[in-house]
Formats: sequence, C-alpha cells, structure tokens
Amino acid sequence: MKIYAVELENISKTFPGDVKANQDITLRIKEGEVHGLLGENGAGKTTLMNILYGLISRDTGIVKIYGKEVFFQSPRDAISVGIGMVHQHFKLIPTFTVTENVVLGAEPLFANLESRFEKRVIKTEIPTGVKGQLSRFGRSAARLVTGTVDRVSPMSFGKAKSKIKQIAEENALFLDPDSKIEDLSVGMQQRVEIIKVLYREAEILILDEPTAVLTPQEVDELFETLARIRKAGKTIILITHKLREPMALCDRITVLRDGKFVGTVEKAQTTPEQLAEMMVGRPVVFQVSKTKATPGQPVLRIENLQVKDDRGLLAIKDLGIEIRAGEILGLAGVEGNGQLELVETLWGLRKPLEGKIFFEGQLIKRFHPRKIRERGIGYIPQDRHKRGIILDFSIKENLILGAHYRPPYSMGPFHTILNPRNIIKDSNKLVDNFDIKIRDLDSLANTLSGGNQQKVIVARALAFQPKLLIASHPTRGLDVGATEYIHQLLIEMRDEGVAILLVSADLDEIRNVADRIAVIFDGRIVAVKEPDATDERELGLLMAGHEQEQVTQES
Amino acid sequence: MQSSFLNPLVITWFINSTLHFSTPLVLAALGGMFSERSGVVNIGLEGMMLMGAFMAVVGTFFSGNPWIGLLAASISGGILGLIHGLISVQMKGNQIVSGAGIILFATGFTSFMVFGIWGIRGITPSVRQLPTVTFPWLGAISPLMVLMFLMLPISWYTLYRTPFGMRLRAAGEDPSTLDTAGVNVQTTRLIGVILSGIFAALGGAHLSIGFGSRFVELMTGGRGFIALAALIFGNWNPLGVVLSGLFFGFLSTLQGSIDVLPEFSFLAPYVQFIAMIPYVSVIIALGIIRRSIPPKAIGVPYIKEREG
Repeated sequence: MKIYAVELENISKTFPGDVKANQDITLRIKEGEVHGLLGENGAGKTTLMNILYGLISRDTGIVKIYGKEVFFQSPRDAISVGIGMVHQHFKLIPTFTVTENVVLGAEPLFANLESRFEKRVIKTEIPTGVKGQLSRFGRSAARLVTGTVDRVSPMSFGKAKSKIKQIAEENALFLDPDSKIEDLSVGMQQRVEIIKVLYREAEILILDEPTAVLTPQEVDELFETLARIRKAGKTIILITHKLREPMALCDRITVLRDGKFVGTVEKAQTTPEQLAEMMVGRPVVFQVSKTKATPGQPVLRIENLQVKDDRGLLAIKDLGIEIRAGEILGLAGVEGNGQLELVETLWGLRKPLEGKIFFEGQLIKRFHPRKIRERGIGYIPQDRHKRGIILDFSIKENLILGAHYRPPYSMGPFHTILNPRNIIKDSNKLVDNFDIKIRDLDSLANTLSGGNQQKVIVARALAFQPKLLIASHPTRGLDVGATEYIHQLLIEMRDEGVAILLVSADLDEIRNVADRIAVIFDGRIVAVKEPDATDERELGLLMAGHEQEQVTQES
Repeated sequence: MQSSFLNPLVITWFINSTLHFSTPLVLAALGGMFSERSGVVNIGLEGMMLMGAFMAVVGTFFSGNPWIGLLAASISGGILGLIHGLISVQMKGNQIVSGAGIILFATGFTSFMVFGIWGIRGITPSVRQLPTVTFPWLGAISPLMVLMFLMLPISWYTLYRTPFGMRLRAAGEDPSTLDTAGVNVQTTRLIGVILSGIFAALGGAHLSIGFGSRFVELMTGGRGFIALAALIFGNWNPLGVVLSGLFFGFLSTLQGSIDVLPEFSFLAPYVQFIAMIPYVSVIIALGIIRRSIPPKAIGVPYIKEREG
C-alpha cells in the first residue's frame, strides 16, 4: 500500500458561536501529487488547512504525516515535519527585506553558518505521566538555554541570500533578496511566500487561494513554478474556489461544502460542470442572463483626476471616465492601482488634488460623504467590516445608518430624536424585499453570515434610491448563491436606469456583468473595451501595464 | 557676563546635570522601546520607575550595598513588566488600563511601604549612593550613566542584528506572520515587556540611589511619561530615543539652572514653557509632521483562533 503524505481523518472543528467549520472531514493526499481542495467561501477549506498547519486546534480527528500520527501544537511543529503554507493574506512584514522575511523564525546565525533550522523528531505521542512531564521539562529547559543564546547571537544573511537566489532560480521565482516587501508588487510578494516555504525545505506545500490576487499572466507564471516544484517530488495542496485552476493543475480534487466532505475525484474523470455542482450542491449557470444595456444621459464624468494615497504618493494620475445612466461600467485592474482611491474620492472620503468630477452635469465641490450621498451616489464598500457595517450594532440600526439623521427616522427639534416606529417599519420592509435571513431586527449584525451582511449593505445603499451606485468588490467572500443574487440585483438596477461603477478583482465577474470594461493601471484608465470585443488575455496584459499597441501586436 | 557662561564650572555643571536628568529618561524610554516594538503599549513606565526607585533604596538599606539595591530594583521592575505582560499579552486585556493600573499600584505600594518599613511618611532615610568617578568636564559619573550610553549600541544590536530583535519587531508589525513562521508571539512580547520593566526600574533607581540617596514619595514626578514622549519623539529606534532622551534631559537642566545659576535667572518667566516642550514636541512629531511611525500592531492583543 502506498503511503500517503497527508491523512486527515474525521476532522471536526466548531468555532465559538456554534459555527461548524469542519464536520467529520476525511482527506488523503498522495505523496508527490497536486491535490486541489475546492469549495465555496466558507466551505471550511482554509480552516482544515490551518488545522493541518498547526495554526488552530481541532476538536476531534487524527492527522497523519507520512503514515505517522502527529500532534501539532503550533506551526513550528508543522514546519519541522516539512509542511509549509502560503496563506491567502500574505504573512510578510512590509518593513523587512525579502531575506529577513524568508528567514524569520529560522534565522541564520553568524556563529553557525549552517542554517540552525534542524528538523525535530515527529512527536508520536503526547507525553503523559510524571516521567513524561519530567523529560519534557528537561528538554524544554535545555532548549531554553541553547535557544536564548541563539536568539541573541549575531545573524548572518550571506548564506541565506545565496540559498534564496538558488531557490529562486530553480523555481522561476526571480526577485532581489534585498528589496523591501512594501516596494514589491503583490505577485512578487507571493514569490517571497513560496521561497519562504521552500527555504524551510518543506515537502508538503499548502497554497491558499494563490491566484486570487494575480493577473492572468502572473497566474501562468505561478503554474510554471508549481509545475517545477511538483517535478522535484514535492506534494502540493491547492486551495481554491475557482474551477479553472484545479482543472489545469491538479491530479486529484477534493470538494468541500458547508464544512462537509463531498467527494474526491480524479481530474481525468471529471468536468468543470460536475465540480461546480459538487461545490454548490445544485447545477450552476455560469453566465448571468441580461439584456443589452440602453445607456442614457451621462451621470458621472471625471476629468483629469489626481488623488493621493495614504502615503502621500499620487495613486490616481490623470484619470478620466464617464458613466451613463443604465449602464454598468466595470473597472478591471490589479489591486492597488488606484481603485480604492478612486472609489473613496467618489464617496467623499478623499479630496482630489486636481481634476473635476461632474455628477449629473454639476461640478462636485464639497467632498463630504453626507453631501455626496444626498446627491444620489450609493456605495457598496469593499471592506464590509471597516466601511459597510457596524458589527456591534443591531440589524435595524445598520439598515438605517446614514439616513438616521433625517425624517422619517428622526423627529423632534433639529431631528434629534430617533423614531423607532419608522425605523422598525422600514427595516422590516428591507429585510423582506432583499430576503435577508435574520433572527430578529434587534440581533447584532455580527450574528449574520457574510452574505446576509452584504445584503444589509446593499439594501441600505439601494434604499437611498441612488442615481449612481459604486459597487466595490460587491461579491467578495460571498458564496455562489449570494453572488448570483447580487449580480442579478445590479443588472435590475441598471435596467431601472441607475448608473453603476463595478470595481472588482474578479475578471469573470466584470466580463459577465459589465456593459463596458475600463482597465485601470497605475492610476490611469489605459483602455475601455466592450466585453464581447476582448478576451481575458488582452485584459490581463492591459492590467499588467502593457500598452494597447503592444497588446494588439502580440495577439 | 559673557565669560561666566563659558566658565568651565558652569559647563561641567551643565553637562553633568544633563546626564543626570537624561539617564532615567533614556533607560526607561529604551525599555519602553522593547515593549512597544513588540506591540505592547507600556504607559506603566512611570509606575515601574517609581517601583525601581523605591526598591533600590529598600535593597540598599537592608544590605548596605547599592549594587544589591540595583538588583532589587531590576527584579521589581521585571515583575511589574511580567504583570503587565500577563494582563495585556496572555490575557489580552486592555494595555492602557493595565498600564494605568501598574502606575496606581506602584504609587500606592511605594507610599504605603515607606511608612510600613520606616514608620515615617513620604521620605526614607538616606542610604549609600552608587559609587561615582569624577571626570574633567563631565563631573561625577555614576554607573547607570555609563549604562545609558552602553545601552545605545546594545539595544541597536539586539533589535537589528539578533534573531530575538527581528522577532520582536515582527511581533510589533504583524504578529500573525510571526506565528505562522513558527515563533511564539506571546513569549516574544512577554520578554519585551519584562525588559521594559527592568530598564524602567533601573532608570528609577538612578533617581533614588544614583542622583540622590533616598526615596521620596512620587519622586519620579511624571518622568515615565516624558520617557514615553522621548520614545515617540525618537521614532521607536535606539538612536532617536537616546537623542531625544538627552534633549529632554537638557531641557530639565535648563529649568534647574534658573534656580542654581544666577546667569540663567532671565529664563525664570519661561520655566513652564520649557517644561512643556517634551509634550509639545511629541504632538508635533506624531500629529503634525507625521515623522513618527509607530509599530503597526501596537496596542492590539494577538488573538490566534479566528474564523478562517
């Protein structure tokens, strides 16, 4: 019988608040294979892998590595048996250099030029009894002394740098070990993460949604790297909620749904349609159904806009776009190219340095969120918890937030008293209209699922009856059902004559929903395309900063 | 008039006095740096200094040896640091509340124990001072003043050239990254906070057995907060912290000179203004010119298990 690299047996994990993230999941991963872990957001993929990596504890179940049962108490234990994880949100210190980030936790010492990172013996049992405790105490005392000396000994980065360079060359991960993380692009940062794992000589690599932040070209480069890593005989676990990736890369695919195991299939014996159905639990339509847009008058016109980011650098450099009533303009781009600053300016959170913004033909002079909202600009923020919802407020409070200061929700002199009756009446109406699943109006927003929180935000934005809706990553972190619902809603709004700016990192979303696609790169709109007249490759190249002429030549 | 400013005696007094005033500030601020770079705000420095000042006198009184006093001070500071760490790191309590609690505790404890041990209120008998060596131009130099200058290279080296320092800084910038790199965030932060207690207490000890020879109730008189100001004005890095500590020490000297040197009596109307400078400079550095950039994860307890 072949030994499995990883065996997870009957893993269960319940988070506080009775969230069953994993229920009795059994998963076996063969040595040397690329194994896809597929499921919607919230299906429990990341939780399962965090358990494997020792980052969180499990309630029940057995973990075996190369046939031996292990008990990880921290990532340190997982690293020591050769497991490495690239997290979805990178675990890098922005102010450190590449080398410093790679060696963190396994620092090379001047006195001992070899890497001090020795593999520890796999713990096969939890020490019990007096003798076990004593030997454990003795070992930790010895470790404490040697460890303390090591921790305050001088470091030496020379060898580490050459090792990083070698790893980088072998795996097509080109970068400069001396550059600072904060100066690197997202794609480059991901390379640092992969190098970090390989530097620790991991044999089992876990990658959590590695393609979520990459351009299509960067995805191809990542796949090249992964192919090389696999060729070196290592085992790869790829967490994803997209169908293209496991189909392109994996040998076998395991699907999770709602924290439960659905099935493991060989790639050769499956289709994207079958996987999608396993993922969602019902057949899925990939295309959003919509009619052709009938754009009317321009609602928003931006001319020569310049906006600074938080660091005081120009994030938007000379940007101009126009959005008409009854159309959805998709803003495609790699994150960090000025989308956030543009959205925040339109919402009144930032003041433009230069340029003009016209709303319904009128120049916007006062950039204040309340003034702007009162003009009729609605907003679905990209960070639900930061800008969209107050988790410790009740659902009804969240639903009227922003309209609370005026009738019918407030009354009395200077509208200083809230009107509970109207608040409850309208909140109930919104909950019904938008099919928000709640226990009651007074429960806190943090009792809602991500999809229902998003519905609260959308319901509130639409209750203002905006003429322009700015939807920034409106489906981020939502499951397929909620995503379909939001898409459908956006299209309905459009058909009612609302102008919509859709900002998304998901090219499929933009291509499906938008009527026109504007590509943003480095604070400028570099191209505006019709969805039918372009393809993913062209958009990808434009997003990566290639000039239009180059792109046309190359195709 | 002009010549008396350049009088060697005056200059020596100025330098010596500046060093004396700076030592507690710099030691406490560098200690605070170890805590805050690891991500734990330590407004309890004032209390830790006070405790150090008191325990140094207690240790010296009962042993007759000021070095034992120094040891007692650093142990007491370490313990207060440990308490602050247990509350704010291990138990994930509010760091400001915990720090304020440390100050209140130290204030009450020292005042009470002065009476408890010696039966007098507010002031202890005189004990042996730390030995000093007198240098030309510098005046009498005590060991803690030397330590202050040694601490600059030592803390720089620790912070930037050792694995411990790198982990400490990582804990203050992004603890989850440190955790996934296989390093225990809690331990790292705990060590940082304990170090801050030890150094703050040594700074306090300088007040009681380095500068003076007895403990007086509330003798730190807000120096812990000026040390925090020096930490912020120094942008959380060793050189900056030492320089701002010296600068604030110089300001104290300037204030002191008004009473001591007749030549400086013309500053008398501005004495309150001079006392204000450390705090104003922090507001300017932090808020107006934004030159000071705190560690990103400062003040935030690291909570490991979260829904993924």
